[in-house]
Amino acid sequence: MRRVVITGQGSINALGRNVAETLEAMREGRCGISNLEFQDVERLSIRIGGQIKGYDPEAHFNRQKISLYDRFTQFTMLAAEEALTQSGLSFSGEMATRSGVVLGTSGGGMNTLDENYRSVYEDGKNRVHPFVVPKLMNNAAASHVSMEWNLKGPSFTVATACASSNHAMGQAMQMIRSGMADVMVTGGSEAMLCFGGIKAWEGLRVMSKDACRPFSANRNGMVQGEGAAVFVFEEYEHAKARGAEIIAEVAGFAMSSDAADIVMPSKQGAARAIKGALLDAKLNPEDVCYINAHGTGTAANDKTECAAVADAFGHHADDLMISSTKSMHGHLIGGTGAVELLACIMALRDGVIAPTIGYQEPDPECALDVVPNEAREARVDAVLSNAFAFGGLNAVLALRAAP
Amino acid sequence: MSDTIKDRVIAIIAEQAVLEPGDVTPDQTLEDLGIDSLGLVESIFAIEEAFDISVPFNANDPSDSEFDISSVAAIIKAVEGLIATQAA
Repeated sequence: MRRVVITGQGSINALGRNVAETLEAMREGRCGISNLEFQDVERLSIRIGGQIKGYDPEAHFNRQKISLYDRFTQFTMLAAEEALTQSGLSFSGEMATRSGVVLGTSGGGMNTLDENYRSVYEDGKNRVHPFVVPKLMNNAAASHVSMEWNLKGPSFTVATACASSNHAMGQAMQMIRSGMADVMVTGGSEAMLCFGGIKAWEGLRVMSKDACRPFSANRNGMVQGEGAAVFVFEEYEHAKARGAEIIAEVAGFAMSSDAADIVMPSKQGAARAIKGALLDAKLNPEDVCYINAHGTGTAANDKTECAAVADAFGHHADDLMISSTKSMHGHLIGGTGAVELLACIMALRDGVIAPTIGYQEPDPECALDVVPNEAREARVDAVLSNAFAFGGLNAVLALRAAP
Repeated sequence: MSDTIKDRVIAIIAEQAVLEPGDVTPDQTLEDLGIDSLGLVESIFAIEEAFDISVPFNANDPSDSEFDISSVAAIIKAVEGLIATQAA
């Protein structure tokens, strides 16, 4: 069977403007969550988020590009640039047609929607900029990546709420495995930190006003983040033949549907996805040393996730480490699995387990080793990354150290 | 007044073409200036915003529109006409 490896990674998020900065912040257990800054924030009851501060689009893109790139596309382009530069790949001829891009996002061009709704509804304007549609559409980021790097193979966008990125990366991996493509640019992006984006989430009453404290008994909800992470997935022999630096192996993937509730998670659905990923990666439960949790910091997710891990791993659940980096970068919704994969790669490559920060009180319903507050050193050969979306759609990736 | 309209239309077109207004002449076409279909709809949007007029233009078939875009001079003339009728 064709194997899939990662040969490039890139990111921008509240913890850093690139992968190195992000990993340094994760090692130090730094919190990227701060007071939100945007128009009408004073009308919100939730005013914190993992926002990328001091970001200037004009430092990165010309005027024409900015008129077509929503913030979620801008983040994608910056992360893709870093990942593709690292991979050392260029795309022409058959290489171009054998390469594609599959990205995850939930809200797509949310800032573009928000600004233009404000303009026509609140300001009473009757004319909008001609590029509103191509700027806000969910596939804009994937399309601009394909255009910028000449990726002419299978390309599309996956939108499964909080599991979008994991579903996208799972698709990318399967497309290389099946022989449909040799290289896939994949990951995800989100930029929902605007008045409408937060106002909608406020309505659900699942947001914290002070901090994201996954697995802590006093946790009181999730905190949103923004940003992107993009990876270059490549067929193993292809990468080896050109002497590429291999960052990690994407060993397995599984997805499942709870078929139960539009917002409440299910232990059985999550456990099936976890077990499926182990099976697909041909891993024994004991091989897994670290899980990057979905760990949203809501009462329901964290206890359900811990129960699912206990169910899937049996006794070994007490020996593995599980942390939620959302405590640092916030919940990037459709981009979250991509940024969290960086923590998985750091565990495999550097032997550093990113902590769950903000942890204050043990919860008997989350009685696993959640790596509270401080990073830890450990030798790690295999990891999982969990994502469990609203709508009961679960997607779990399994990674191994570079072969 | 009409000089002002001319100057403002040229400024809008020049910005789209990434040129100085002095480098845009009335006899040039949008093609000469390197303005593509997206640049054209953006220019029309900017003209509508600048003069608070509604430009009858359909991107499906630009040549069939009432709005003449065959040259910079034609666009200026069409804008002047629209301002005259729509202001009335």
